[in-house]
Amino acid sequence: MSVSDNTDIAQVKERNRALIQEVLEVYPAKSAKRRAKHLNVHEDGKSDCGVKSNVKSIPGVMTIRGCAYAGSKGVVWGPIKDMIHISHGPVGCGQYSWAARRNYYIGTTGIDTFVTMQFTSDFQEKDIVFGGDKKLAKIMDEIEMLFPLNKGITVQSECPIGLIGDDIEAVSKAKSKEYGGKTIVPVRCEGFRGVSQSLGHHIANDAVRDWVFDKTDDKAPTFEPGPYDIAIIGDYNIGGDAWSSRILLEEMGLRVIAQWSGDGSIAELEATPKAKLNVLHCYRSMNYISRHMEEKYGIPWVEYNFFGPSKIEESLRKIASYFDESIQEGAERVIAKYKALTEATIAKYKPRLEGKKVMLYVGGLRPRHVIGAYEDLGMEVVGTGYEFGHNDDYQRTAQHYVKDGTLIYDDVTGYEFEKFVEKVQPDLVGSGIKEKYVFQKMGVPFRQMHSWDYSGPYHGYDGFAIFARDMDMAINSPVWSMAPTPWKQGGEDFAIAAE
Amino acid sequence: MSLRQIAFYGKGGIGKSTTSQNTLAALADLGQRILIVGCDPKADSTRLMLHAKAQDTILSLAAEAGSVEDLELEDVMKIGYKDIRCVESGGPEPGVGCAGRGVITSINFLEENGAYEDIDYVSYDVLGDVVCGGFAMPIRENKAQEIYIVMSGEMMAMYAANNISKGILKYANSGGVRLGGLICNERQTDKELELAETLAGKLGTELIHFVPRDNIVQHAELRRMTVIEYAPDSNQADEYRQLAQKIHNNAGKGIIPTPITMDELEDMLMEHGIMSAIDETQVGKTAAELAV
Repeated sequence: MSVSDNTDIAQVKERNRALIQEVLEVYPAKSAKRRAKHLNVHEDGKSDCGVKSNVKSIPGVMTIRGCAYAGSKGVVWGPIKDMIHISHGPVGCGQYSWAARRNYYIGTTGIDTFVTMQFTSDFQEKDIVFGGDKKLAKIMDEIEMLFPLNKGITVQSECPIGLIGDDIEAVSKAKSKEYGGKTIVPVRCEGFRGVSQSLGHHIANDAVRDWVFDKTDDKAPTFEPGPYDIAIIGDYNIGGDAWSSRILLEEMGLRVIAQWSGDGSIAELEATPKAKLNVLHCYRSMNYISRHMEEKYGIPWVEYNFFGPSKIEESLRKIASYFDESIQEGAERVIAKYKALTEATIAKYKPRLEGKKVMLYVGGLRPRHVIGAYEDLGMEVVGTGYEFGHNDDYQRTAQHYVKDGTLIYDDVTGYEFEKFVEKVQPDLVGSGIKEKYVFQKMGVPFRQMHSWDYSGPYHGYDGFAIFARDMDMAINSPVWSMAPTPWKQGGEDFAIAAE
Repeated sequence: MSLRQIAFYGKGGIGKSTTSQNTLAALADLGQRILIVGCDPKADSTRLMLHAKAQDTILSLAAEAGSVEDLELEDVMKIGYKDIRCVESGGPEPGVGCAGRGVITSINFLEENGAYEDIDYVSYDVLGDVVCGGFAMPIRENKAQEIYIVMSGEMMAMYAANNISKGILKYANSGGVRLGGLICNERQTDKELELAETLAGKLGTELIHFVPRDNIVQHAELRRMTVIEYAPDSNQADEYRQLAQKIHNNAGKGIIPTPITMDELEDMLMEHGIMSAIDETQVGKTAAELAV
């Protein structure tokens, strides 16, 4: 019998607390003490989830985190499509981040857009010993010659750049001058900085501030600003997410002047300080630049959530509240327009998904943002956690998303996650590629919630229909009925963690 | 006789390269086959042997050729006085790149290419301050087994000698590195010999030789020669020959040093009357302030 069948909250809480104690037992005393602070059972009414976050992972555990380079190159800068992003340093970091994160974009790759291409300075021993500045300058010259339609260059620093003290700022400035003021952005996102990819987001945001905004402040806008101009901040257009979001905003009468950074361009970054409102999806990776624009240019920003119809409705109304009645009416019009689609989606899938339990472990905003979409389908999120969240993420999670008794795990270790799933016996796990096969081999349906498992979009009303279909496809696939070991059928738990 | 692996460390400008080249020249006179590995981006550890301004370095040749794998041993090794083999690691110009990594690269190259075969001594001459792991390379991994610290009676030279001893201590237990002794290169400071002997005692080692100051060293240097070669009959050449003989007889006598604290070092200076007891009320006061 699955433990999760138990619906009594007090019992669930007791089970979750015991479970936390159980996973902690295997650690040495010092590690157990440290990990204990990252695991908790959510109590209704608390202002945060009661876990410590954004601190160094313990050596020896399998953490799911990335590095500062991943945060800058992989997340913030990489999707800017008409710039060329140099992975500066030895070849591995560039090789493994090649092709980006399915950040869809429009353009002709290799001609005017470059997201899925990989540029690296491929450091050799001599570059370490003698410094890589000359090589960097040469690469920029080659880029200018081979890809003349590029609109700018960024330098994404790998670890050795910071160790050997290369002056990438001087190279960037000199080359920018040589190419008639082209935007060239040095980014100090060396992987050893900080405890996760989170610092990389911050560093990348600061680079936009220092090397894009500060250099374009004096220039006149290249477009006629209007009263309904907004910028989408923190949507990486994974599987087309930003597109299925953008149409809703446009249908309600707003003009989207920039997408950050999925399918985005340097011109859009430069245009953003002229927006009337910044709408922020991924708070974690782009709150920094949103706050900066608020302070410097007086642009308000609002967080929104386009996963699932309930949150979409709430968000559209919230965004509209910053504008006049025509926009507010527009929001109602959009909500009404898609009512039939969402009702049909729910009518089709809710009966197949009702009551199913989900455990999540993702990055950025998704450990909380997708909860509403599951709930719209009658599903329940019973455990969630952030790879690199900060306390403000856990506050938002506690105040607006999770239910009483939810198991919370910050920077979860491979061992803990497997053990939790084994004991909670959810009907679905949503996490990343490194986790996928572990859980599928345990016989648990799984969806990748970073890449949408090569599907998507999941944002917006169109995305919700795809989301519902995909979750049904994972959970109700006939394959799972064929998975149990024949000689172990009956009475035993389905999912068993490998020891 | 097994290969003797020695290294000269010491404060920058103390005369490591001069002392080591003169000593090694004297060792060559004793019939020893020697390889000198210069581990300093300035690449001046072998100039007196080669009568050259500076030889082509491993790293500059590697940069030209593409990578260090493209080099042959003959490309980087020059033969100097009494068949002493000379290589310079080299490195970047000041302010760029990573010279420490360069030392590591060079030493690995030499080992892989058999530079250490058919010799009696390999000597590493390392730049003044061991600023990072790269310059500690000869201490680590059993590259050098005996370290000779060149110092003088100056406060900072003794401070550096003590710091280098800390580095040796750090690697002494994991590898086989030992402190061979101190070599005092006379600066004619107060009570220099006494101080050097006391410091050696504190570190648990010996002052292996006190090299007097003599202008003839300068004369020889200007001709890019060792004193051994320039003026073999001089007193100074004799001093270096004595030092060489002492080092040669010192095989297997290295010790694990017992470095002292900064306070102990200052106390030592006070004991010898070099420094008077510090009046804490005077610390940080300018001369003008104290005159009031």
